[in-house]
Amino acid sequence: MSDEKNTAAKLEKIKGEILAKYPTKVARKRAKQILVNRRDTNGKMPEVGANVRTVPGIITQRGCSYAGCKGVVLGPTRDIVNITHGPVGCAYYSWLTRRNQTRPESDTDENFMNYCFTTDMQDEHIVFGGEKKLKQAIQEAFDLFHPKAISVFSTCPVGLIGDDVHAVAREMKEKLGINVFAFSCEGYKGVSQSAGHHIANNGIFTHVVGLNDTIGKGKFRINLLGEYNIGGDSFEIERILDACGISLVSTYSGNSSIDHFANSHTADLNAIMCHRSINYMAEMMETKFGIPWIKVNFIGAESTAKSLRKIAQYFEDEELKAKVEEVIAAEMPAVMASLEKAKPRCEGKRAMLFVGGSRAHHYQDLFGELGMETLAAGYEFGHRDDYEGRKVLPSIKIDADSRNIEELHITPDAKRYAPRKDEESLKKLESEGLAFREYEGLMPDMKENTLVIDDISQFETEKLIEIFKPDIFCAGIKEKYAIQKSGIPMKQLHSYDSGGPYAGFKGAINFYGEIERMVNAKVWSFITPPWAAEPELSANYAWVA
Amino acid sequence: MLLRHTSAEPVERTGLMINPAKTCQPIGAMYAALGLHGCLPHSHGSQGCCAYHRSALTRHYREPVMAATSSFTEGASVFGGQANLLQAIDNIFTVYEPDIIAVHTTCLSETIGDDLNQIAIKARDEGKIPEGKYVIHASTPSYVGSHVTGFANMVQGMVKAFSESTGKKNETLNIIPGYVEPSDMEEVKRMAGLMGLKTIVFPDTSNVLNAPQTGKFRMYPKGGVTIAEMKATGDSKATIALGPLASDLAARKLDAQCKVPCHTLELPIGLQATDRFVDTLRKVGGVSVPESIAVERGKLLDVMTDMQAWFYQKRVALFGDPDSLVSLVEFLVALDMHPVHVVTGTPGKAFEQKIRDLTAHLPVPVNVKAHGDLFLLHQWIKKEPVDLLMGNTYGKYMARDEDLPFVRFGFPIFDRVGHSYFPTVGYMGGIRLMEKILDALLDRKDRDSPEESFELVI
Repeated sequence: MSDEKNTAAKLEKIKGEILAKYPTKVARKRAKQILVNRRDTNGKMPEVGANVRTVPGIITQRGCSYAGCKGVVLGPTRDIVNITHGPVGCAYYSWLTRRNQTRPESDTDENFMNYCFTTDMQDEHIVFGGEKKLKQAIQEAFDLFHPKAISVFSTCPVGLIGDDVHAVAREMKEKLGINVFAFSCEGYKGVSQSAGHHIANNGIFTHVVGLNDTIGKGKFRINLLGEYNIGGDSFEIERILDACGISLVSTYSGNSSIDHFANSHTADLNAIMCHRSINYMAEMMETKFGIPWIKVNFIGAESTAKSLRKIAQYFEDEELKAKVEEVIAAEMPAVMASLEKAKPRCEGKRAMLFVGGSRAHHYQDLFGELGMETLAAGYEFGHRDDYEGRKVLPSIKIDADSRNIEELHITPDAKRYAPRKDEESLKKLESEGLAFREYEGLMPDMKENTLVIDDISQFETEKLIEIFKPDIFCAGIKEKYAIQKSGIPMKQLHSYDSGGPYAGFKGAINFYGEIERMVNAKVWSFITPPWAAEPELSANYAWVA
Repeated sequence: MLLRHTSAEPVERTGLMINPAKTCQPIGAMYAALGLHGCLPHSHGSQGCCAYHRSALTRHYREPVMAATSSFTEGASVFGGQANLLQAIDNIFTVYEPDIIAVHTTCLSETIGDDLNQIAIKARDEGKIPEGKYVIHASTPSYVGSHVTGFANMVQGMVKAFSESTGKKNETLNIIPGYVEPSDMEEVKRMAGLMGLKTIVFPDTSNVLNAPQTGKFRMYPKGGVTIAEMKATGDSKATIALGPLASDLAARKLDAQCKVPCHTLELPIGLQATDRFVDTLRKVGGVSVPESIAVERGKLLDVMTDMQAWFYQKRVALFGDPDSLVSLVEFLVALDMHPVHVVTGTPGKAFEQKIRDLTAHLPVPVNVKAHGDLFLLHQWIKKEPVDLLMGNTYGKYMARDEDLPFVRFGFPIFDRVGHSYFPTVGYMGGIRLMEKILDALLDRKDRDSPEESFELVI
């Protein structure tokens, strides 16, 4: 116990050292976002400052609303022509650099993933307005590609000059007879990508979900929400679900298609991977159509098995439960064999993760399987519920930045609302341990006396590395080389570098191999040259004739 | 087929840009600022711009790219970004301790009309800029020009802020190397050194964006032009500006500000452009060309004569930045290749005329477009096929679909390494370019040759 106290005190001291560098006001703010994960004597978790503005000038990992809406949520959908309305840059940077893979059903099916569409606004459009150009762009996209749908994303200047992208979309929808819809996801909305996720959810829910009521094949029909097919993760999850006999109606939005979205309200269960980016969609679908949702995690072999069991438990079908057990039993030997090889070379090593929404949480399971400890973790764009669990939702204060994001008021659909389970069976399942509408958050899952840091800054990253010298650090591309220059291997978890998949069983095998390589690679031992290790010359070599 | 929806018949488009061949001004400004020692670039706008620019530069250079942002939210967009920038300046000097903050605008801060000059003065007046430290700035709205003009604006900003004249000229030459790789900036310095000239090269990203692995992260790596050097540019004898679009603006500013005469040349890519660079160094510097430079030239020429057969009348499609393309086209023509489709995304009519002049005598029609895109280039290729494609990483979709040998050249290159370590400017750079072209063409020949003609000797 006193050891624990010492560790906590040490971490508090480190926190103090970090904060000491900041101007007083900044330090006060950051103090709420840097926490020692430790329950008080009443078992109460500390409250984390999250989803609050980044202080100007503090180098952050965060991006913007547009990045969350176009880049993250809509970007991976292959058959929508996504037009960025704005100057060229925003479209250019969101041009398939997140490795969202997609596999159309046939090689003649639509796939616009490799294209980048923009109105490329010039200064005259900023002065005189860009609506005319946008209309023309939509018309040209239609004439050239004849897509099922076209969507429009607003960038910062579009919001400022007041182009009504929604009116343009309505007009062109009427004119062209295809689905055309727009997103007001200007970069300045909200405090991070998170605002864009919410806007994207609202947009797809309003314009796409529910357009096709056909009930598809399959006895156990689910949607997977918040899975973006980074490095082919969805492919592996699809393989496993298929083996179990679970039908995937739609994935939001990795390897997805607009037709899948349109039909997704016919599923019987929503399983959420990234809680932050898409819980809105699950909630709206539950209210409007009666689909319950559960939180799952397919990162880590044990977590995958657990998530499959949860889904089987939900459907209360003995045959499905048996099939799931059979699949797990068939997959695990290869996983265990790979783990046995990698674990001795990874065990005891220490990781830090500062990424996205749920990733900083989920990947801890994989490190855990390897016997590695996570010393510190945090989210780039999480909210308090992602850290402390959804039970804190009622106590989250709405501020000016969150108020700017539209909250849709959803009511049950007059015809199509059909609760998939009655209250009684939901209660029964809950009593058997299946939690609905629940996410426990990252903090309860992390060990006590670890550091939880929201919206970590470059300065804090450097300090952590200097103090702890972790064996591996996980973040994004912007952080990668600063960390590697410090001699610490760095794994990207937004794009997986060139690796993946890491989800599911085969993904776990890939990850074990990848981490084993990274923490054992010889290259890190060569950083100090031999002459620096022994700088003084002990003798002079002289040639004597 | 990755780009299976690209139709063969080009149609006039006025609304939609598909697969751009340019990106926006601020990223160029950020790149230029990194070539200033002890400088932290700062993006005045919402976080996304800064995050995207850092990501793109990081992917291209595989190096830390540090930059801060004003983190605009809706309030700043309505009330102006002054408070954000003042706060940012204070925080940056306290936490990250740079010598210089180089602020560039974004479309957001430009559209609301933030006046960077006035904000910088206010920051100075309020004591937010410590003694001996600087805030410099450039106006880089994304709806004007491209990454290349953004680069040009920031280099001009460097001159505006630092260049001073003591009234006494010395023998130093300023070289503005243009929007090129760190390796190219290094090569330009090396060549001038071989000529026995004292130079100030700015910006200089060598040893910043191709910095060594030392086990220690430096927020401000050892490279970059120093403040003292930047100040001294006003006393130099002359300025040589390489690449008109990227460098001329700063060179002219320096002339106007400190009376330093400037000579603007095309980028020294290929034999003739390098010849003109060396000859200008000789004349302006008042030195003779040393044997070592003549040897390098001879080596380039030697490969050109040896390998002439493989270049002769090969049809090439190209896309990239205007300054690089003009010199590259001249080089390809010198190799008797036929650059038949040439696209840049950067607006500007002068580019089209330059390419037309360089290719006027070719026995084949040449398509050229400024402010074009890769969709159009792909359509041209489909209609009139080529033997080789040259351009940045985004060309790989076309190369795969059309089964084309592909040489990566330009910015950005995300999927290969080498560009930041090995130059393509100068005579030695010319040899590297030829090596890359020959590798691509000969790998294809090896792949396609029947067994009986699969040879070790060419």
